[in-house]
Amino acid sequence: MLKDITIGQYFPVESPVHHLDSRTKLILSFAFIIFLFLAQGVAAYVLCAAGIAAVTLVSRIPFKMLLKSLKPIAFLAAFTALLNLLYTPGDVLWQWWIFKITSQGIERSIYMVVRIVMLIASTSLLTYTTSPVALTDAIETLFRPLNKIHLPVHEFAMMMTIALRFIPTLIEETEKIMNAQKARGADFESGNLLNRAKALVPVLVPLFVSAFRRADELSIAMECRLYRGGEGRTRLKQLKMGKNDGVAFAISILFFACVMIATRILP
Amino acid sequence: MEPIVQVQQVSFEYTHRENQPDLLALDGVSLEIQTGSFVAVLGHNGSGKSTLAKHINAILLPTQGKVLVGGMDTADESKLFDIRETAGMVFQNPDNQIVATVVEEDVAFAPENLGLPSEEIRRRVDYALQAVGMEEFKRNAPHLLSGGQKQRVAIAGVLAMAPQVIVLDEPTAMLDPGGRAEVMKTIRWLNREKGITILLITHHMDEAAQADRVVVMEDGHIIDDGDPRHIFSQVDKMHATGLGVPQTVEVLEALRQEGADVAIDALTVEECADRLISFLEG
Repeated sequence: MLKDITIGQYFPVESPVHHLDSRTKLILSFAFIIFLFLAQGVAAYVLCAAGIAAVTLVSRIPFKMLLKSLKPIAFLAAFTALLNLLYTPGDVLWQWWIFKITSQGIERSIYMVVRIVMLIASTSLLTYTTSPVALTDAIETLFRPLNKIHLPVHEFAMMMTIALRFIPTLIEETEKIMNAQKARGADFESGNLLNRAKALVPVLVPLFVSAFRRADELSIAMECRLYRGGEGRTRLKQLKMGKNDGVAFAISILFFACVMIATRILP
Repeated sequence: MEPIVQVQQVSFEYTHRENQPDLLALDGVSLEIQTGSFVAVLGHNGSGKSTLAKHINAILLPTQGKVLVGGMDTADESKLFDIRETAGMVFQNPDNQIVATVVEEDVAFAPENLGLPSEEIRRRVDYALQAVGMEEFKRNAPHLLSGGQKQRVAIAGVLAMAPQVIVLDEPTAMLDPGGRAEVMKTIRWLNREKGITILLITHHMDEAAQADRVVVMEDGHIIDDGDPRHIFSQVDKMHATGLGVPQTVEVLEALRQEGADVAIDALTVEECADRLISFLEG
């Protein structure tokens, strides 16, 4: 059950998108999200969807994978659609009791769902094509200027790396503890939500205790391997921007321009 | 040549423990470890052997006495990182000493902290992974490896610092027999082929028997120190400490108790067989 959880769901295949510098991908994904919210009108949205499809094709990620990433937000999307549908003021098309459906409401709820879907699809593409380590490195390098205002950028990046490293270890441990409790008659699968949540308390307590013990041992092991913060630290793999990154930026700028033109001309 | 590690009259007391009385874990321990040797420290839980190990790279500082590593006093804070670069440490649980999500990134952790240029880091990572026989797994995720493989990655991570001494604190305690054999083979190879000084903390007789020298600890004291052949021939004394002797010695000793005139100083299965053959041939 817990094994199905994948975080940082990297999908390692050989593709031009996978080989791009992780900073390029991070910046362009972020820019795409901004333009997604600036875009208006059918033409602009169709362009955005086409953009996602094109990147998916080039990165050799199966479309099925992309759909899978959308599943967890289906409920959120439906809920947003419903709220927008019922609570948007405008020309009333249909009315029953306190519920009103307006033409503006229909339009807005469709737009919201399309936006959410494309938002998740684009960030999923980022995590499918970029390993967690590369992504952490990108965040650390891009945010390095914030060191000037005394934000501990290196420390945050280190914490992310360690969190990613320990997720599988802690999942394994949770399963061991749950099995040990099941062997002694604990029941995690029946009862109402409250009872099930209560049954998890005896799992979480030993899990936390062990996580703290691990943290203690890890910190000693890190000190023994000469860790002394980000100052003066070098990396095995230096991030390097190449010709392909330039091409990716050029194509993306053109694409964003098209999206803006479509918004202006064909609203 | 000056010994690489000198422990001089060291006492260490655990104080201010919650709901527990103070404990004198080391009581006037002195020990010298020669460069290039393979020393096993044998003892029960609570004998002070892990406490001793933690003194060698300044995780703990002596309450009394002095520890010198490569001539540097561990109490000298300005030398802390030099001491830890000289004496690397491998711990019991491999999961809790692996930092990164990819094997080679983890091995690179120490040289990255040293601020080396990336070509030098790459060279050291490749060398260390090759030395422990894990080069084919360099792009793997550590959590998918077996216990023995993880512990070899942890050894590679220390090796990439290019230390003169590696202290291993019960490195095989959490491994299955296959993993234990892998790790012991790696340790012996590093000592013999790369000339790295090894200090192995263990409570397995068979592992201690593979060292050049065995130090036996009990209640914070060193109670015996010498060649493993000599140490394990003292069957009664070793049984009195509750530690026992390797199975090979145990078998031969049982035969001798039955009146057979057989030499009992056999540390490997081959030696044991040799002793039996020479006894049978009269």
